[in-house]
Amino acid sequence: MSRYTSATDADRAEMLAAIGAGSVDELFEEIPAGVRLGRELDLPEGMAEQDVAEHLTRLAERNRHADAEVGFLGAGMYDHYVPSLIDSILQRSEFLTPYTPYQPEISQGGLQVMFEYQTAISELTGLPVSNASVYEGPSAVAAAGYMAKLETKRSRLVVSRGLHPHSREALATHARGYGMEVVEVALDEEGRTTPDALAAAIDEDTAAVFVAQPNFLGTVEELGELGEAAKASGALYVCQADPLPLAILKPPGEQGVDICVGEGQTLGNRLDFGGPSFGFYAAAERFIRRMPGRIAGETRDVEGRRGFVLTLQTREQHIRREKATHNICTAQALNALAGVIYLSWLGRRGVVELGELMLRRTHYAREALVEAGCEPINPGAVVREFAVRVPGDLDTLFERARAKQINPGYRLRTTYPEHEDGLLVAITERRTREQIDALAKLVASVREGVAA
Amino acid sequence: MSPTVTDPKLDPRPDEDTVTIYERSREGRRAFSPPATDVPETPVDELLPASQIRAEPPALPEVSEPEIVRHYNGLSKKNFDLDTGFYPLGSCTMKHNPKLHERVAALPGHARLHPLQDPEYAQGALELMWNLQRALGEIAGLPHVSLQPSAGSHAELAGLLLTRAYHEDRGEQRTKVLTPDTAHGTNPATVTMAGYEAVKIGTAPDGGVDLDDLRANLSDDVACLMLTNPNTLGLFDSNIEEIANIVHDAGATLYYDGANLNAVMGISRPGDMGFDIVHFNLHKSFTQPHGGGGPGAGPIAVSERIEPYLPRPQVVRRESSGNGAEPRFDLDSGKPKSIGKLRGFQGNFGVFVRSYAYICSLGRDGLKEASESAVLNANYLRVLLAEPGIAEYLPIAYDRVCMHEFVVSGRGAKKELGITTLDIAKRLLDHEVHPPTVYFPLLVDEALMIEPTETEPKERIDGFADALRALLAEAAEDPEIARNAPYTTPVRRLDEAGAARKPVVRQPRSDA
Repeated sequence: MSRYTSATDADRAEMLAAIGAGSVDELFEEIPAGVRLGRELDLPEGMAEQDVAEHLTRLAERNRHADAEVGFLGAGMYDHYVPSLIDSILQRSEFLTPYTPYQPEISQGGLQVMFEYQTAISELTGLPVSNASVYEGPSAVAAAGYMAKLETKRSRLVVSRGLHPHSREALATHARGYGMEVVEVALDEEGRTTPDALAAAIDEDTAAVFVAQPNFLGTVEELGELGEAAKASGALYVCQADPLPLAILKPPGEQGVDICVGEGQTLGNRLDFGGPSFGFYAAAERFIRRMPGRIAGETRDVEGRRGFVLTLQTREQHIRREKATHNICTAQALNALAGVIYLSWLGRRGVVELGELMLRRTHYAREALVEAGCEPINPGAVVREFAVRVPGDLDTLFERARAKQINPGYRLRTTYPEHEDGLLVAITERRTREQIDALAKLVASVREGVAA
Repeated sequence: MSPTVTDPKLDPRPDEDTVTIYERSREGRRAFSPPATDVPETPVDELLPASQIRAEPPALPEVSEPEIVRHYNGLSKKNFDLDTGFYPLGSCTMKHNPKLHERVAALPGHARLHPLQDPEYAQGALELMWNLQRALGEIAGLPHVSLQPSAGSHAELAGLLLTRAYHEDRGEQRTKVLTPDTAHGTNPATVTMAGYEAVKIGTAPDGGVDLDDLRANLSDDVACLMLTNPNTLGLFDSNIEEIANIVHDAGATLYYDGANLNAVMGISRPGDMGFDIVHFNLHKSFTQPHGGGGPGAGPIAVSERIEPYLPRPQVVRRESSGNGAEPRFDLDSGKPKSIGKLRGFQGNFGVFVRSYAYICSLGRDGLKEASESAVLNANYLRVLLAEPGIAEYLPIAYDRVCMHEFVVSGRGAKKELGITTLDIAKRLLDHEVHPPTVYFPLLVDEALMIEPTETEPKERIDGFADALRALLAEAAEDPEIARNAPYTTPVRRLDEAGAARKPVVRQPRSDA
């Protein structure tokens, strides 16, 4: 008997007798012999709990995690401090182990969390309607593309090269399914999206135009100007945003953006080697009945008490089937809970303080690296991340940095071959001036060809 | 959830409306103390263009840590959860979530690992993923696995994108995908999203696929048949070999929706049934906690002919040339025919850790025993519900041996007692069990879909049957009780129509 089941031999006999079966095997008689396995699975035998714990601990030890090095690696997920209260609340069985709130009377906790989460996302993005979350960032971008198709019936998606490379690729993957063409617009020589380049790519068949704030290189984009050509052509204007810097940046919703989506990991979620986290999806009021995913709404019970339900479900697959606005079934409720706890923990003032600290340290770090001989790739305003050309050999820099438990950042050559010697450096509240200075010193040592 | 006092006069607790975190906000309170500023405090308007500076901070709440903790603990108590009670939600496989999994998922080497860490410094994570891929491939009977899709619905989309890539690579443009009328709603929704036309296939009187209807609808324009086996009625389709032949003869692919895999682990493998593409719901059969509606993960396993198109990157194992050297694990993005990435990074790794721990714990015997016990529990509950006092009100839709779940129809209760399936579900809430899945599958009138899972002991199953019996006896006396239920929950029946008519989906700003 495995430790997670409870049937004793006596239980089993009693249950089989009630069923009128002679053995458990009889219950499987409808499975034809030709498709029965007829042997044991080729897997190891089961293990005691302590042995499993040991095995996984040994595996985990072979990973160099964010507490074992000073990381300037971002590129979509960031080493932010996750406050203790998040771990504590997320481990409550009442949040961890229920299913989707199909029975609202016994799911008020989860439903109210969704409502509070939607409010926070709405505040950050400046858009009135947020859903209760989707899988993660890049697939949220793809979901926006699908909504643009349903909304406009057009077939082209124009995408700034400033969008995260994973988002551009996920969009292209999904778009092949729903039959749309993705057209990429290059950044200018200072790492910005320009209105002219976007306008040149937009035509009357363009369903949506995508830009990122900040963009993948950390550039703060001119969101208002960039949306003008999209607006003029009747295309939807979509912004992929990092929600944390939105605390200090002008909200996309105030700059003509129709849909704002993005990766929610920066809001109180673990790195987790890439997931699970959550994607957020917010839009202008007129799209409320076209949104993908769950949405919680406020209502009253029969006695007049305030309560919350999943609402506007006639958009969804379990009701509309092939006519649904998206195929997504559930959300990332637990991860979105972490998000709203995090934002409540930061609070109205803290979220701005954190944003400003990030902004100042990002600029400080860029100056420090420029002083060490780097050349900025995106010299304009940046937040949380910036890209530089590194003097000297990047392999040597990484080798030396690794020996000092420093991870210098993301090498742009893999996804931006035009920046062969480019380094993308991410800054969070966990990266101190001292650590930034240490990175700059390393860079200088490589440039000068001296030992660090 | 809060205990109930029998006599309302003895309950001094005020019956006040629930309060949101925003309504707890008081100016000046805080939970966060920022780290000291160690860089020059340059004014923000010197660092950002004026056009992109936010004028007003977002209206987030101002609350101290103790009050945040109380707020969310208070909310948690308004949730029913699997760690507290029986949760026979059909098709959702609400099996126990082992506590070990939370501990190992939280190890810094897992939880604090950056997804773009150099593979050289993420060997443990990649080995875990490779081991999980291998185990899932063996369970599916298909050798090639991608862990990337984020959920079952995402995996279905991956499956149809793979199907499209496969056909197009052979120079074929097919336009239709078949789904049975018993299918989950995600199947037809996915078909549309993947750019295909959804065609519904009927169900035969025995509950399986209607073979004549299948043949009639197959042509060289059909790209794929999506199937769940056992199906959503909880029945194993014993014509599966013939179905696979018919579908393959038409040149289409056969897709396995793994929602019901929990019935057949180590007993029958989708790959051996003839499926080309299989998805796993790691949050069902492999016990990732459901989290109140996510996260999950939806890995896929595929046959040789589909392999070239799998999403990238793939985790690969490279044998070392040196004597006795360890193999190295890597991420391979070089698949030229790949459908590309479906999402960011490598997938929901935190989910992989839990499901891998589960597979390690159970091993080859334990997985099979889990499926056997799930089927035993379902059949035991089925015969309990076939007894007088229940069966006349809730007849079993297809009354024969079932797999891990079965469906009853509330048509008897509706006709004889004047209560609907919804009323039954709501009255069950007062019995402190989660109701079964209701009104699905669609072809069963007033359906209740019941899946006890293997982790429930006999006495819990007995208790559920007793609750149903009591509820029905009570309704025979006074159906109004069920019609107005629930009574003991934090709120009673909610106005869902009103919520949809005038949607309020965020807290209004206090200054608005």
